[in-house]
Amino acid sequence: MFKLEARPQPSRWMSMLSPLLALAITVLIGVGLFMLLGKDPLRGLQIFFVEPVKSLYALSELSIKATPLILIALGLAVCFRSNVWNIGAEGQFVVGALVAGWVAMQAGPQLAWMGRGVVVAILLAGVLGGMAWAAIVALLRDRFNANEILVSLMLVYVAEMLLSYLVYGPWKDPQGYNFPQTITFLPETRIPRLAGGLRAHIGTLIALAAVGAFWVFLFRTYRGFALQVGGLAPLAARYAGFSSRSALWTALLLSGGMAGLAGALEAAGPLGQLTPHVPAGYGFAAIIVAYVGRLHPLGIVFSGVLMSMFYIGGELAQSRLALPKSLTGVFQGLLLFTLLACDTLIHYRLRWQRRAAPDAADVTATAKGA
Amino acid sequence: MDAFALLLAATFNAGTVLALAGLGLLINERAGIVNLGAEGMMLVAAIAGFATAVTTGNDWLAFGAGALAGAALAAAFGVLVIWLNTNQVATGLALSLFGGGFSAFVGIGFVQGKLGERARFELPWLAELPFVGPALFRQHPMVYLTVALTLALAWFLFRSRAGLVLRAVGESPESAHALGMPVRRIRLAAVVAGGALCGLAGAYLSVVYTPLWVEGMVAGRGWIALALTTFATWRPARLLLGAYLFGGVTMLQFHLQGEGVQVPSQFLSMLPYVATIVVLVLISRNALWIRANMPASLGKPFFPGG
Repeated sequence: MFKLEARPQPSRWMSMLSPLLALAITVLIGVGLFMLLGKDPLRGLQIFFVEPVKSLYALSELSIKATPLILIALGLAVCFRSNVWNIGAEGQFVVGALVAGWVAMQAGPQLAWMGRGVVVAILLAGVLGGMAWAAIVALLRDRFNANEILVSLMLVYVAEMLLSYLVYGPWKDPQGYNFPQTITFLPETRIPRLAGGLRAHIGTLIALAAVGAFWVFLFRTYRGFALQVGGLAPLAARYAGFSSRSALWTALLLSGGMAGLAGALEAAGPLGQLTPHVPAGYGFAAIIVAYVGRLHPLGIVFSGVLMSMFYIGGELAQSRLALPKSLTGVFQGLLLFTLLACDTLIHYRLRWQRRAAPDAADVTATAKGA
Repeated sequence: MDAFALLLAATFNAGTVLALAGLGLLINERAGIVNLGAEGMMLVAAIAGFATAVTTGNDWLAFGAGALAGAALAAAFGVLVIWLNTNQVATGLALSLFGGGFSAFVGIGFVQGKLGERARFELPWLAELPFVGPALFRQHPMVYLTVALTLALAWFLFRSRAGLVLRAVGESPESAHALGMPVRRIRLAAVVAGGALCGLAGAYLSVVYTPLWVEGMVAGRGWIALALTTFATWRPARLLLGAYLFGGVTMLQFHLQGEGVQVPSQFLSMLPYVATIVVLVLISRNALWIRANMPASLGKPFFPGG
């Protein structure tokens, strides 16, 4: 039978191969699922992996989904690396969209002096909104020791209710036939598009710039280093005098700001108004993006694109194969599940062993230490 | 007075969902495992239970299906975190994300499904009492069973040898291992039992409480149940009280809406979530007290021989 045997050092190879292995297993399960449902698995593969990249138009749609995922996942990567469990990015995204939307709705004659500069103001507002929402989590953790996982998650529901209240109540478009939506934002407040006719917008460029900035922050700055030491070895960080409080605040403000920025881009970009449908699950999917991307900025680009393919594939499966759109969620969840299982191979290797042999895993695990 | 009695009755009903899930998570955490997958397990169990109830018409089969679904997902989680030493937080999150997607996927055909109001179990004589009768003694049998389960769990944890072993595994798996206890198997058993209870909670929610199936219908109850274990300082009786308290907050929101209170409904709907945050803040403020009560190895992986 197979036994797990600890590796002397974590395998760098496995750490890069593991996401591919996880993807392969997820695809295999997907193929099985399609056959079980009586759908052509090849058609399914084509819908998920070919259709989303086969034309310029498709790529533009892909970038619209990948941009928020990458932006949010970058912030979360910093959080998870510093052992701060912010899982309420969805709420920070919504509040970012709310505050940005509020600024966009003020646009008009009195903000005309800003010209297109109003877009900058909108994005900044989004960042501040997301930061403020995450700051609640940081404050309650810092001052009152309240678990950040639960607080950040509860705040997602609160943010969604707040959005619902505003679009059903005070912010409702008086000319909107009583639909729960705000006015459509003025053209000068909309995020500039990359090319005419396509929906892709400059948010994609911002996301790519952010990838570079986060790489520098994590791997070339003192502060980024201190954060990661705090995550890997809290005692060593304390000994070195790295403040865990400052790590908590930095990680939460950064990730909240990124989620808020993504929310602002979404509200003033593809949506162009606020509706109850602002939360699209990006904040949760970004958790998977961050992990599949190895909490590394470059990896996050790849996993962000992959996860967007799942989104678009799910939408296409709904329209072309009459399958529920929630297929996306199934595959996303499966991918993270299999990835975590495959990650075991970074620290252990599989060894074929006769039954009678001594329990190597138990002995060698000692070498690795707890 | 009658309205208040009905409000109390509804409180116990709502609290039962939270209590069942909370007791399950309490078993997990007493064995040292944090399962953030409660929300996902409850969702999958809710659709499993609802589908069974619609097709067979038998509620007890539905509860069984829910418990089984919860236990199966928990077993997958358990193997990953206990044998493959994956990160408990990340694996639990994966379970919640997967459960949300999977339940929506398989539940699409049941969105229009209908179940009638479930029969209440009236305790003879007691149900006829004024006020307390309608408030306490005309509930679904599961409400009474949950109270019994709480007492049984308290007895198991603090009065039985097996419970002592379970707590030892959560406090110091190294010592338990040195004494020859099969730490991993005990942890897996605790995780599966916890998953079954979370599943029962999900099935009760969709079959008795609402009774219908809507995507994402658990609506954070799994996370609130997680907060309850801290609130209860990992004690069953306190957990039951906490669950009723939160059930009351949920019901108060509907009650106030019914009374025509001039507050937008969305702010009332926020109440359970805000209450969870407030309670967490109040409870966690005293870090020392939390640490004294928390199972010492909560969330920490265990390598045998380590």
